Amino acid sequence: MIELHTPLTAEKLKDLRAGDRVLLSGTVYTARDAAHKRMLEQLDRGEPLPFDLQDATIYFVGPTPTKPGERFGSGGPTTSGRMDRYSPALLDLGLRAMIGKGKRDDAVKAAVVRNGAVYFGAIGGAAAVIAACVQSCEVIAYPDLGPEAVRRLEIENMELTVILDPVGGDLYETGRAAYLQAAGK
Amino acid sequence: MRELTCTAVSAAVRQLCIDANYHLPPDVEARICACRAAEPWPLAQATLATIEENLEIARKGVFPICQDTGMACVFLEVGQEVHFTGGSLTDAVNEGVRQGYADGYLRKSIVDDPLFDRKNTGDNTPAVIHTELVPGDGLKITVAPKGFGSENMCRTRMLKPSDGVEGLRRFVLEAVEQAGPNPCPPLVIGVGVGGNFETVALLAKKAMLRPADAAHPDPRYAALEQELLAAVNALGIGPAGYGGQTTALSLHIASAPTHIAGMPAAVSICCHVARHKEAVL
Repeated sequence: MIELHTPLTAEKLKDLRAGDRVLLSGTVYTARDAAHKRMLEQLDRGEPLPFDLQDATIYFVGPTPTKPGERFGSGGPTTSGRMDRYSPALLDLGLRAMIGKGKRDDAVKAAVVRNGAVYFGAIGGAAAVIAACVQSCEVIAYPDLGPEAVRRLEIENMELTVILDPVGGDLYETGRAAYLQAAGK
Repeated sequence: MRELTCTAVSAAVRQLCIDANYHLPPDVEARICACRAAEPWPLAQATLATIEENLEIARKGVFPICQDTGMACVFLEVGQEVHFTGGSLTDAVNEGVRQGYADGYLRKSIVDDPLFDRKNTGDNTPAVIHTELVPGDGLKITVAPKGFGSENMCRTRMLKPSDGVEGLRRFVLEAVEQAGPNPCPPLVIGVGVGGNFETVALLAKKAMLRPADAAHPDPRYAALEQELLAAVNALGIGPAGYGGQTTALSLHIASAPTHIAGMPAAVSICCHVARHKEAVL
């Protein structure tokens, strides 16, 4: 396991390769469909975003409500492909890492390589396990969106796998191919 | 004639919503364990172990299994000798969903208008309700919350009679291949064949809800279920799509009579969090 701490600079990410397993700690921001739409609208109007994008990490998640006495609800990744039309613009403005699950399109892959960024996978449906690594959670924008509001999370040792790496690797292609080759299929 | 109060229906639905989101059906969990034991690929084994650990944490009742606690899909098998008192049955089901999603700290994921407003209704209603009249004086309620990561990967297609078994096989494999890692494999798959355009999707969803070890009663369909499951698992997509043997936990087919000119087909794809809970009143 490779231990990483935010902010994630291109320098810190340059040697990561698809399939590497990472323990991530630090600050990540949650955003999914509706929050991405609003952020891009704000950029179009020349308004500042709810958080500084430079070397930031966005986690595509809409958690369950936090129970009294807990720090967070359940919060596994949502399907990242729905953010494909928004991610390249954010990557070009400094966003350095995304956490989600599922395929990304060619424009996102190119933007990841262009910006020395990384797309991490968390295990979809393992939302209760992921909750345990969240130390704090605060809504910082768009509270009217409920589960889709932007939250700042402080995380400790979140287990992730590199899906898209800075040199164009894609675990969804190479992982499957390696298994099939080993299995003789 | 037997009277059932709407209050009792709401209370049952409330509890089923909560139970379904914290406790996976034992047959699905048993398949996850069995597939991990049989899985030869190390990263796939590790992913399945994390999925099992997740179920352990969830059953303590603090954290739901998945953050996408779903659209509440409610199946009602209503005995034709039942009379509901104290309000409307639809309202009673929605009230149960409202209470269950509030009291269970479940995520509210429903928007009122799909195209323009997309404003969250705030209480996860309305539910999707399927009502079937059956003989007797009982009420069976099945609550099957379904996340949209996998719902978005479901497919229907109007196949031709000449497409036959081979056409159905190609359609199922194409649906799973195109879904890839998106619906959170390992999957629970339901295949519907027959009926018409609007019934075939429901057939597929009902097939998906069958117990993992319940084969189709017709041996030809049962053999096809085994064959298709093996073909899906030969794709190598694996848990979380990282590669491996375990792409699907189970695959069931439901069939129905159809028209001489057609062979409607549907593939209902669910993630490994294949939730459903039943109660009989």
